Amino acid sequence: MTALAAASLESPPTRGLRRLLPSGDASWAQHLERHGPLPQFAGRRASLIAEVERSGLAGRGGAGFPTAVKLQAVAAGRAPIVVANGTEGEPASAKDRILMTHNPHLVLDGALVALTAVGGDEAVLAVSRRARPAHAALTRALAERRADARRIRLVAVPDRFVAGEETALVSWLNGGEAKPTFTPPRPFERGVGGRPTLVQNVETLANLGLIARYGAGWFRETGTEAEPGTVLVTVRGGVRRPGVIEVELGTPLRQVVDRCGGLAAPVRALLVGGYFGTWIDAAGNLDLPLADAALRPHRAALGARTLVVLPHGVCGVAETARVARYLAGESAGQCGPCVFGLPAVAQALESIAAGAPDAAPLAGASATAERADRRPRCLPPSRRRAALRRQRDPRVRGRDRAPPRRPLPCRPRRAAPAHESRELGLEVRR
Amino acid sequence: MSDHLRVDPILCDAHGHCAELFPELVSLDEWGYPIIDDGPIPPGLAKEARRAISMCPRLALMIEQRSR
Repeated sequence: MTALAAASLESPPTRGLRRLLPSGDASWAQHLERHGPLPQFAGRRASLIAEVERSGLAGRGGAGFPTAVKLQAVAAGRAPIVVANGTEGEPASAKDRILMTHNPHLVLDGALVALTAVGGDEAVLAVSRRARPAHAALTRALAERRADARRIRLVAVPDRFVAGEETALVSWLNGGEAKPTFTPPRPFERGVGGRPTLVQNVETLANLGLIARYGAGWFRETGTEAEPGTVLVTVRGGVRRPGVIEVELGTPLRQVVDRCGGLAAPVRALLVGGYFGTWIDAAGNLDLPLADAALRPHRAALGARTLVVLPHGVCGVAETARVARYLAGESAGQCGPCVFGLPAVAQALESIAAGAPDAAPLAGASATAERADRRPRCLPPSRRRAALRRQRDPRVRGRDRAPPRRPLPCRPRRAAPAHESRELGLEVRR
Repeated sequence: MSDHLRVDPILCDAHGHCAELFPELVSLDEWGYPIIDDGPIPPGLAKEARRAISMCPRLALMIEQRSR
């Protein structure tokens, strides 16, 4: 029994699949009734970080870095600061906005726990400008707990793909442009105001708010041994009810799809991980567990935990071209290979999708994308490579050249309506 | 610890001197930006590496020490 587990409630009300998106409203009163106040950790920083380490919590923003290691690194510095990353730059993802809108107090709890763990006294909550319902919910939540609000500042961040990358976020908070900067220094060494900075995704923080109360053992009750816990997944495309759902890590893809009303049409492929992601063939792979360990052999990763279902009859090349074109438009314009490479890849994919008679554009795009893999980057043009590899298969190219009957609902975010309630009919299901 | 050649892609303007001076580890893409071999700089080539670094007009090249 650890100190933290002893502090936990006898019967945590957030079991199973309702940890992050429980039923009930987003009020402070409801939150207190559900979880009670946060335990105090004064003087027990080390045991708090140790508990997080035992929990096996890994970052929920996309990179999946072990949270305890990050906490430890920032805790070692002087006057650290915490940045709760709710920017959610990934266009296909809506899970962070949904979490902040429906469970703002758990995100705030997480920021406070992180402050305690690293020994800081100031947290910045960075939310994309476009996520108005999330802003409203967090503003309301902060107003409901004034004592905590003194330590947490809500900041609006430009609505760009790269703005949530941690060095870009730090640059923006320091009064610069929301563009990635060269590292070192990494934010944990020198970030906001030159201080050691913990940049942590809001879903990761929400999990911290639970681990601090109920302990590592409770956290590990769901998920897999290597990847414990639940995750929020955004499901789009050819399912009957697209939306954000909370699932245990390791849930088979088929079950994830079923939770979203099932397939709307026969499925051809799945884009796993969002615009960062990789296409995997649906044939024979629907029983794959939603976990990095299972996706790795397919050279895929959970990434931003977005699943786009591509039905038969919708052209995977055209979809990939659209993603590449979007990313080309989102380049920070700082690095040559990105400025030139992404439009080149996009153009090659577009001409293949339009039925280019020869393989020249394919070869060019593949070469560019292969090279991108050997370079340091903030955007991942390399991921396009997996899609390209598949299209090199002549059977795939011949069959799927027809233009899509109707575009998949994973449009670039700037074209999307302002309010997420209307956007793609996304709903939260608990 | 081993030494690796690294470019700051934000500073780099594709002058291409690095590939000319240090072709053992640096090649160029079709737009003239360097593609750098990620492996450790071979001990015998340390001098060439330093020369490429000092000749970069943008001062975008550097040696990064990595622990294994």
